[in-house]
Amino acid sequence: MNTRLNRNKVAFNTIVTREVRRFLRIWPQTLLPPAITMTLYFIIFGNLIGSRIGEMGGFSYMEYIAPGIIMMSVINNAYANVASSFYSAKFQSHIEELLVAPVPNYLILAGYVAGGTARGLCVGLIVTLVSLFFTHLSIQHLAITISMVVLSAVMFALGGFINAIYASSFDEISIIPTFILTPLTYLGGVFYSISLLPDFWQNVSMFNPILYMVNAFRFGMLGTSDIAIEMAFAIIIICIISLSSFALYLLNKGTGIRN
Amino acid sequence: MKALYIEKLTKTYHNGFSALKGIELSVNEGDFFALLGPNGAGKSTTIGIITSLVTKTSGTVKVFETDIDVDSETAKSHIGLVPQEFNFNGFEKVKHILITQAGYYGMPAKLAEVRADDLLRQLGLWEKRDTAARSLSGGMKRRLMIARALVHNPKLLILDEPTAGVDIELRRSMWLFLEKINAQGTTIILTTHYLEEAENLCRNIAIIDQGRIVENTDMKSLLNRLDKEMFILDLKEPLPADLSLPNINFKKIDNTTLEVEIKRGEGLNTLFSQLNEHNIEVCSMKNKANRLEELFLALVEKSEASL
Repeated sequence: MNTRLNRNKVAFNTIVTREVRRFLRIWPQTLLPPAITMTLYFIIFGNLIGSRIGEMGGFSYMEYIAPGIIMMSVINNAYANVASSFYSAKFQSHIEELLVAPVPNYLILAGYVAGGTARGLCVGLIVTLVSLFFTHLSIQHLAITISMVVLSAVMFALGGFINAIYASSFDEISIIPTFILTPLTYLGGVFYSISLLPDFWQNVSMFNPILYMVNAFRFGMLGTSDIAIEMAFAIIIICIISLSSFALYLLNKGTGIRN
Repeated sequence: MKALYIEKLTKTYHNGFSALKGIELSVNEGDFFALLGPNGAGKSTTIGIITSLVTKTSGTVKVFETDIDVDSETAKSHIGLVPQEFNFNGFEKVKHILITQAGYYGMPAKLAEVRADDLLRQLGLWEKRDTAARSLSGGMKRRLMIARALVHNPKLLILDEPTAGVDIELRRSMWLFLEKINAQGTTIILTTHYLEEAENLCRNIAIIDQGRIVENTDMKSLLNRLDKEMFILDLKEPLPADLSLPNINFKKIDNTTLEVEIKRGEGLNTLFSQLNEHNIEVCSMKNKANRLEELFLALVEKSEASL
């Protein structure tokens, strides 16, 4: 039993190491673009437009949007990392290296999700450092801030994994980010407080899971939120359990990877 | 001990195509075993099921007595696979590919590095260890796949057409390498279209056609079944127009080339004495095709005719 446990531990570390090495090797594609894009967000929305908006929720607009922008970059990158890495492995058939090895499916899933989470957090850190050039950031609730960013990265890494399992072309790994993830992120309270919306749209926004993540993360940093923090944690944990169960079911079934 | 035991193995794909129709096969530990068959016969599907890349429809597969349905991880830990197509990450460095693969089998990084270095040296890839795999030549990529399959010291090595597209010099060096690791105790299952390769290397053989095993025996018994051999003779002078060689089947290929059929046990003396009588001088002689090829074609044709 110990042998199997040790073998699994080494296998998990190997997958994570390979995933981290991959996104570090191609840093001009993985780490640099979010830093540039988010810098532009800070300059345009925060500095140029934000100075005319004034305060939001009792904070300068730049301060208010910074947590949302950090969370947005974490979510996008955690998702993109797993979706592109796992789909590339399928496309080039080197996923077979893993499938023929004695690696249980839950470890394959955990390894890829950990790799995606690592990239999400790495990009989150870069964007946080970039944001310090534009605004002052303080953390009001460290545990909430860290747990929310990690859980969000895990959840979207799982989403990217499921997307990659079903994808049969590179186009299909960009459909979800373009048509679902991006609109949900922009409508998830990154750039505004939902209290500014009419009641109807406030209620609609409550169905957007990203709203909870952004607000809980903002609460961790600024101490202000549009939603109840307990609700945010409950939703994200339910989503993680559901997505990981579904991803594991697909892996066990061999969907998209076994004949 | 059986390195591989397959019973009543079937595979029907979603489109209804029945790739395997009840395969029965067993390979002893330490064997060098040939699994031959024409394209689409079911070789790769069989290998895919053994290595869990393909889900079987029914039947039993045991690797070193471990049922893949009961404990697939233990079964997989015994196997090293060299697939037909290149399936490594071309952007990874050669050495990283080996170390990563060893890691999947639970080999700690330091040990994996030592093992990878050893294999890279043995397979002539040491100079390329820090090169991205996509930059390797075709032959080097084949050798990389062999090194990758061996990095975790498997007890059973499965090679699916490992020498396809490889030049003869490299092919022969790969044969020597495979013979060496077989002598060291690794059981090898080989599929190949080069029948000369199977004849030279393998002790036992199964021929699969249209999802069924049509022959499963040892190489020597199979070759003993040949009742004739064809020879090509290159002659010094053009053949006379009215050449007659009593009791010998022959065919003129061109003026200075003769194809002759010799029955088993007859020997070549009669042929040469008759040629001598006609003052025909032979410059060189070779087998028309290798012996296994004749049998292979006969068995496959017979299997197709029975359907």
